[in-house]
Amino acid sequence: MLGLEKKDATLLLIVFGLTMLAPFLLNPFPEGSAMAQFNAGYPDLMQRFVIFGIFAIGFNILFGLTGYLSFGHAAFLGIGSYAAMWMFKLFGMNVIPALALSVVMSGLFAVLIGYVSLRRSGIYFSILTLAFAMMSYALAYSVLATDMDGPDRQGLLQKGLTGGETGLQLTLQDPRILGQKAAEDGNLPVPNIFGLEMRSSAELELGNWVFTFSAGYYFSAVVMLIAFYLSIRIFRSPFGMMLRAIKSNQQRLNYTGLNPKPYTLAAFVISGMYAGLAGGLMASMDPLAGPERMFWTASGEVVLMTILGGAGTLIGPVLGAGAIKYMENILSKINSDILHGWFAFLPDGLEDFVVAIIYPFIGKGWHLTLGLIFMAVVIFLPGGLVEAGQRVARMFRGKKAEDDSKSASTEPAE
Amino acid sequence: MGILEVKDVNKRFGGLQALGDVNLSVQENTVHAIIGPNGAGKSTLLNCLVGKLIPDTGSVLFDGQSVLGRTPHEINQMGISRVFQTPEIFGDLTVMENMMIPCFARRDGAFRLHAIEAVENEAELRDQAEAMLDDVNMLDKRNMHSASMSRGDKRRLEMAMCLVQNPKLLLLDEPTAGMARADTNNTIDLLKEIKEKRDITIAIIEHDMHVVFSLADRITVLAQGTPLVEDTPENIKGHPKVQEAYLGESH
Ligand SMILES: Nc1ncnc2c1ncn2[C@@H]1O[C@H](COP(=O)(O)OP(=O)(O)O)[C@@H](O)[C@H]1O
Ligand SMILES: [Mg+2]
Repeated sequence: MLGLEKKDATLLLIVFGLTMLAPFLLNPFPEGSAMAQFNAGYPDLMQRFVIFGIFAIGFNILFGLTGYLSFGHAAFLGIGSYAAMWMFKLFGMNVIPALALSVVMSGLFAVLIGYVSLRRSGIYFSILTLAFAMMSYALAYSVLATDMDGPDRQGLLQKGLTGGETGLQLTLQDPRILGQKAAEDGNLPVPNIFGLEMRSSAELELGNWVFTFSAGYYFSAVVMLIAFYLSIRIFRSPFGMMLRAIKSNQQRLNYTGLNPKPYTLAAFVISGMYAGLAGGLMASMDPLAGPERMFWTASGEVVLMTILGGAGTLIGPVLGAGAIKYMENILSKINSDILHGWFAFLPDGLEDFVVAIIYPFIGKGWHLTLGLIFMAVVIFLPGGLVEAGQRVARMFRGKKAEDDSKSASTEPAE
Repeated sequence: MGILEVKDVNKRFGGLQALGDVNLSVQENTVHAIIGPNGAGKSTLLNCLVGKLIPDTGSVLFDGQSVLGRTPHEINQMGISRVFQTPEIFGDLTVMENMMIPCFARRDGAFRLHAIEAVENEAELRDQAEAMLDDVNMLDKRNMHSASMSRGDKRRLEMAMCLVQNPKLLLLDEPTAGMARADTNNTIDLLKEIKEKRDITIAIIEHDMHVVFSLADRITVLAQGTPLVEDTPENIKGHPKVQEAYLGESH
């Protein structure tokens, strides 16, 4: 199907099913119940799952296949967002051209940054990409945020190309030469795809459950599915095989008549374009672009997502992105009142004690939990969540798996 | 003129003259062995042929063209394949994938971005790779993870990867170093078979006299970076200078 092997086609179908049914699957608890705060089926969070999924899928093409660890990929996320915003400001609110420009711009920057950074490998490559991302951040934060209109004019570039600290926003003065300057009600217009607004949604009430179907989520999900499909094709292509060969033995590749440089650069640019696409989608869901999107912590986050899920695997990055965004948004919402509510059945002293122990790991402390989980994965499950899944599956298969593992000992030990 | 012409090549490492005025001519379709004691400069000479090192002076012509200043992948594309002293393969890949990479290199050159078509669909290249694996008796190992194989098998695989490119010149750097007797004999048989089946020139660096005398058409003895003599195996065996410089001490 679609030029894929059966195994890959099955995986794609499963991911398709899960993303399409996500509004149900992520909302298992009825409204108003004690567990309802674990529901993740609201548009804002679901959009983040798939958008960061795209970011991580792209990052994995570089890091998972070639082993080159970029610490500056958030630069492309930011570039994608700014590009989309300028498209919204200058031409109109349709997201398709905006995303196209996001991909093109981040691709161009990736050619430049990749060309320079790939002159080195290992830690020096990582440092170079980090330096580029921090320069991009500094440019967006201040240098490109100065008034480029001149003191007496109040035009489009009054706050520079990036809008500095407050970010790049839509205004009613924007030209939008191919669309409307303002919505019918005089407010700022909204990103849309041929008229269907990204923020529009429908609700379905079933008993105590409320499910929300948002246009923005479904659009992002379709984009992610396309991105995922392309990444499968890349993994199975001669190009993908060359990238794995680069990770495995560059010396042999050289003496086999192949030049590793253009292959790594192509992987770098493709992954930069994925990041730009994700950035453009962020701006399409919420028309705003700020420099913090390029900050080094954002670059580090995609590294965590990829490794947590399973670098070099197809589905790992998506799982990692989902897991981290879930923790960031759900764990961080739990406060001590909620904890007291859960443990109210315990005797008072014990209740306070249990809450005091758990408290550092929730709310603002969710990073602590993430750190612990990350350490555990790196130490015990080098293959990430995907390896965890494989181990569980093997356990359930029981006896048969035992026989398999005898022949599987010759299989990759990744 | 030989397929490989090395003229007046010098190479210094700091104060050490690793190669001094090396002249060497390898004739097409012969097996040319380069022997010499440890530190004689054999690997250095080989590295000068494949672009890993650049000689300080002198010239290296392959098929009438200079290889100096070219990168290893360019030199490979000219028709020189190299087997390393310790087998260099793609350990994370399967045996079949290891074979497919040189097939692509030969068909598509140093770089081609084919990112969408599946490797699986390259039936023609797959047939080539499988035929080559069959030649070296490794077809049954095609789906194995190559890092998990024995050293002897890795060596066979590396040779198969070089041969599937159909090189004009195959360079071997001590291909039997560290091998058990049986593996060494297998390698000799394999190389003999290769010679019979196709037109290929082989330059081999070797320590093991048994290997050298059973394979070589010509032998060059290198000592302290300079060729001492070049002759047929029979003449080399009895040559007094060689006895003194090499055979005497290590045999
Ligand atoms: N990259 C290098 N830097 C410095 N000295 C080297 C280098 N490579 C080889 N040598 C020296 O050059 C001499 C020849 O080495 P080599 O060509 O490896 O000898 P062989 O392969 O004949 O044993 C040795 O003395 C070795 O120490
Ligand atoms: Mg040597």
